[in-house]
Amino acid sequence: MTNIVVLVKQVPDTYSERKLNESDHTLDRESADAVIDEINERAVEEALKIKEAGEGEVTVLCVGPDRATDAIRKALSMGADKAVHVSDEALQGSDMVATAKVIAGALGKVDGYDLVIAGNEASDGRGGAIPAMLAEILGVPQLTHARELSLEGTTLKVDRETEDGVTHLEANLPAVVSVTEKINEPRYPSFKGIMAAKKKPVETLTVADLGVDAGELGLSGAAATVLEAAPKPPRAAGERVEDDGDGGTKVVEYLAGQKLI
Amino acid sequence: MPAERLLPDAESADLVALAREIARDELAPVAAEYEEAERFPREQFRLLGKSGLLGLPYSEHWGGGDVPYETYLQALEEIASAWMSVGVGLSVHTMSCFSLAHYGTDEQRDEWLPAMLGGELLGAYALSETHAGSDAAALSTRARRDGEDYVVNGTKAWITAGGQADFYTTMVRTSDDGAKGISCLLVDASTPGLEAAAPERKMGLTGSTTAQMIFSDARVPTTRLIGGEGAGLKIALDSLASGRLGIAACSVGLAQAALDEAVEYSKARQQFGKPIIENQGLEFLLADMAAAVETSRAMYLDAARRRDRGMPFQRQASVAKLVATDSAMKVTTDAVQVLGGAGYTRDFPVERYMREAKVPQIFEGTNQIQRMVIARHLKEA
Repeated sequence: MTNIVVLVKQVPDTYSERKLNESDHTLDRESADAVIDEINERAVEEALKIKEAGEGEVTVLCVGPDRATDAIRKALSMGADKAVHVSDEALQGSDMVATAKVIAGALGKVDGYDLVIAGNEASDGRGGAIPAMLAEILGVPQLTHARELSLEGTTLKVDRETEDGVTHLEANLPAVVSVTEKINEPRYPSFKGIMAAKKKPVETLTVADLGVDAGELGLSGAAATVLEAAPKPPRAAGERVEDDGDGGTKVVEYLAGQKLI
Repeated sequence: MPAERLLPDAESADLVALAREIARDELAPVAAEYEEAERFPREQFRLLGKSGLLGLPYSEHWGGGDVPYETYLQALEEIASAWMSVGVGLSVHTMSCFSLAHYGTDEQRDEWLPAMLGGELLGAYALSETHAGSDAAALSTRARRDGEDYVVNGTKAWITAGGQADFYTTMVRTSDDGAKGISCLLVDASTPGLEAAAPERKMGLTGSTTAQMIFSDARVPTTRLIGGEGAGLKIALDSLASGRLGIAACSVGLAQAALDEAVEYSKARQQFGKPIIENQGLEFLLADMAAAVETSRAMYLDAARRRDRGMPFQRQASVAKLVATDSAMKVTTDAVQVLGGAGYTRDFPVERYMREAKVPQIFEGTNQIQRMVIARHLKEA
């Protein structure tokens, strides 16, 4: 049986306006609807496919405030079996290194893991380094940016796609994988899944349960400090090209001027 | 902007969120194209079925969702706000299952209900005839007993999903005894002698096929009689009382979509050097639209909550249908006004919303019939 842990993050809905707190430049969680990150739905889908193809159990692991239970429930309603939720006010403002340590600590509470699947990058922070950091801390292979994944026995094969091209990777379990948007189309939960989710176990942990040094966590423990943040300037008006028979040329000139071609 | 809802529990919230997600990602992007092409969204209904949305308010025992009407209607509203044709189709499907769910024997329910609620099948409701609309008791489609079958002859009219549906909950005349001579048959679409006429050419809801269904010596087994001979009109009116709550919810969804479009446009559109929403004339118009949407939502939810508690809700259902559909007509018309010339073009959805808002004032009991129902309750009180 393959024990799969899927990392799930609750993020502000990309359909709503996203803001930072003026005081400490952390995410203003009240300003936007909070949803499970879409890339995590793909991670859950990939885990469910492995489970459905053979034997396995899918555990959702989430580090986030209390209301992240909504994101966990979504993953459970898609078909994951159980969840671990690390929720602690001390985590607010933690950087990626601290978050990776917390996740590694929480993985120690899962009853043996074979495969960790994460999204390659969250849509809010867009750091994209957690899967690699986590693999480093755990001392297991990292197979990041997977656009395709297959598992035969304990051998994991991944097509890793980056701007440089596609790399074929192979590793033995246990391992950490991160997936890209191309990996699959996630299923919708069904109504039955929603009803089943409420009966699935969710273990809630605090930092004290994990054996992580609290001094490394939160804004004060972060290795980097955000000094200033400003909202993105509003989108400027586009450039209009009148076609007097030379429209094509003008478009090409514009694109060349923008160094797009 | 999503409606701010009060839902009874976390599962209801998740269910409505699922409906909203499907509406946003799967329905809204193709609605205009399908409506323009007059294309029936069969695949989209299959997705709703797979997601468990085609049997929500019915018993879990037969594969339904066992959710309160309060929750079902808000999920329905989300679907309709993305695509009215699908919302109306879902509402009609749900109504078409009502007869069997509430009046069938256990044997009948065991045999047919799981498939009807399970998502693979789509249902239609056949009560009206060309000469029996508001006066439903005047229907003349005849079912004559012949051995173990009824032989059905006649034409049912204005059938939502006519020719597309897999089963037809059909009211027929089994005797000449007026309202007491009407019975309910659950007719399989593949019944020999049952055919759809050419679809109606409608003003709106063009993605939803509406057609007459023609019965020519169609043999329907007597085992498919629901509720006994003569029970048909009561079943029909009972179905409609719940069904019109669905229409109210759909109309609120449609009005919400028009309001959202109008607000978004009036924030972006600049005239006299400022967004047009900064003009008090438009502010008040938009505020009235919002008030109409929220009043209508409150009305259907009040009726639904009464229904969920087993209290009488027929009067409230008629008020909800009347208020919500009249509001949707006004709100969608005002949305066209807010968008001005742009609103009158097919490049924006509000002209379609306005066309779609008209028929809910007419079907499932015209708004004149709703007033009659309300007045009857006043007289009897």
